[in-house]
Amino acid sequence: MKIAVCVKQVPDSWAEKKMISGLLDRENVDAVLNDLDEYAVEEALRIVEAHGEGHTVTIISMGPERATEAVRKALSMGADNAIVISDPALVGADALMTSKVLATTIASGGFDIVLCGTESTDARMSVVPAMLAQRLGWAQLTFAGSVVVDPASSAIQITRVTDAGLDTMKAQFPAVISVIEKINEPRYPSFKGIMAAKKKTIEMRPLATVGVDAVPSWSAVNDSTPRPARAAGIKLVDGGSGGNALVDFLADKKII
Amino acid sequence: MSEVLILAEYSQGIVAKTTTELITGGARAGQVTVVVLSDVGGGEDLAKQITQGPATSVLVVESNDFAQYGVAAAAEAISNIVAERKPAALLIGSSAFGKEVAGRVAVATDSGIITDAVDVSAQLVATQLVFGGSTTVHSHVSHGTAIITVRPNSITADVNPSSPAMSKITFDASAQAKLAEVVSSEPFVKGGRPELTEANIVVSGGRGTNGDFVAVETFADVLGAAVGASRAATDAGWYPHALQVGQTGKTVSPQLYVACGISGAIQHRAGMQTSKMIIVVNKDPDAPIFEIADFGVVGDLFAVLPQASDGVRARKS
Ligand SMILES: Cc1cc2nc3c(=O)[nH]c(=O)nc-3n(C[C@H](O)[C@H](O)[C@H](O)COP(=O)(O)OP(=O)(O)OC[C@H]3O[C@@H](n4cnc5c(N)ncnc54)[C@H](O)[C@@H]3O)c2cc1C
Ligand SMILES: Nc1ncnc2c1ncn2[C@@H]1O[C@H](COP(=O)(O)O)[C@@H](O)[C@H]1O
Repeated sequence: MKIAVCVKQVPDSWAEKKMISGLLDRENVDAVLNDLDEYAVEEALRIVEAHGEGHTVTIISMGPERATEAVRKALSMGADNAIVISDPALVGADALMTSKVLATTIASGGFDIVLCGTESTDARMSVVPAMLAQRLGWAQLTFAGSVVVDPASSAIQITRVTDAGLDTMKAQFPAVISVIEKINEPRYPSFKGIMAAKKKTIEMRPLATVGVDAVPSWSAVNDSTPRPARAAGIKLVDGGSGGNALVDFLADKKII
Repeated sequence: MSEVLILAEYSQGIVAKTTTELITGGARAGQVTVVVLSDVGGGEDLAKQITQGPATSVLVVESNDFAQYGVAAAAEAISNIVAERKPAALLIGSSAFGKEVAGRVAVATDSGIITDAVDVSAQLVATQLVFGGSTTVHSHVSHGTAIITVRPNSITADVNPSSPAMSKITFDASAQAKLAEVVSSEPFVKGGRPELTEANIVVSGGRGTNGDFVAVETFADVLGAAVGASRAATDAGWYPHALQVGQTGKTVSPQLYVACGISGAIQHRAGMQTSKMIIVVNKDPDAPIFEIADFGVVGDLFAVLPQASDGVRARKS
């Protein structure tokens, strides 16, 4: 099996984020591997480990050159190699463009399975995996809480966690899978893993080598304004009548 | 006048309130056609429930492929309609399913997409609250049909009666849309409480409940509220994942959110900090959740909540 895992580098969740001329300021914040993508990396490694030798995990990321830092973390967890698509023309790319670049890269790589997180913590769109399935014409197995792969018969079965319940879904290779954060516990890179990752290949691809023309994004920001921070509220220590005070507050605000 | 398509949302045969919110937003920009995707034979019962809000017509699309092939089949049916009618906009609720459908339709019809809007104007400018609600962004789609997913509970529904004209078509998914198949479904047992993302009030419990949600549920019930949970509570198996609030759970934006025994990790806040009002009950005065509370009680939830429940009951009687 050849497995690809799409990972994104995102600003640290705790970092204060700002917009500069309609785009997220990515320069002045700490950047990390999107934590929801760690579950996808972990699941890919588990699939490979469950089926012995001869299977590979390739990390694919689109982003600025410094995205290699996040990719290196995925490699230190145990992935084999990586492709980073980085190009000045991709600055501010929307999900349509991102999925096009990723899908074209995946299509040329001979992969059987692509794994994704369910959401990037910066954009929070939760659309790229579905877009990849649509573009590639592959089976979509998203929001998986468990994944079982049988390489011999090219079959995959997942449980999809939906708002309504659990769906068991099946498909044949090739497929796009996204995994939820309850699926596994991502491993910490070991010292050995970190050292080994330094020698692994990260292939840098400018857009021209991917074979996609940069197109303008089809959604555009008109304006962005910081909202006033929430004013500090009332805080009291319960001395036996905290519940009553809460009720008074509800009544005061006409909620009851 | 241009046309705006709305995807009706329903669960267990009941059309959701979100549908009327989408109709209301969409009608600002054009004549609204409500698309109902349903099993064969089920569409008319759903369509009949669309009696509120400024909808012009209801288009029922019936196919058993929707249940069997999920997102891919739904997206294909809608893509066909969008390709044929070229509406100005397509509005879909911002659920996990809704966003996936929107994403596929955007690719299939070469249209721009905006997710998690909290408002839509007559010019189809979408308002989003980003970076944990700290920034307001206005944006628009510049190519194709404006595909916008809208968060439940954001647009005030126009509930004036209406009687949209109904038409019905059938749909067969292509082989491309049948690559992933649902082989079985296990629905969550739903209680009698309001839907989490639609509720005006949400009362949530976290690790501080220690697995005992009775105080939280009782308080929710006296307020007619939905019950939510932090990830610590869903991970422990105390509450179903479907009721998790946060980054990897639901995003809620009720009039009032009550966080009980929840510390306020950034991932939890990501799902609730745009609530209009926030009340906190937590015994740790330094819990970060107090930073965003309009009203906070430092205290034991097992003492504060029962007293508050009694107090609300007393005032109501
Ligand atoms: C990738 C990822 C995704 C995540 N997604 C989510 C998500 O969607 N939603 C989410 O909620 N979390 C999410 N988390 C987890 C998040 O980081 C926190 O771990 C989680 O929110 C903590 O839950 P909690 O506040 O209930 O528990 P804790 O942080 O343990 O807090 C419990 C609180 O209860 C208080 N307490 C204890 N006993 C009492 C009592 N008797 N009365 C009153 N107060 C009491 C304590 O003072 C404490 O503040 C995610 C984490 C990761 C890494
Ligand atoms: N720029 C990117 N490079 C690689 N993978 C991405 C990128 N953007 C999104 N993804 C993948 O798509 C998932 C969903 O992202 P999103 O749709 O942006 O919320 C992420 O968890 C990643 O697996």
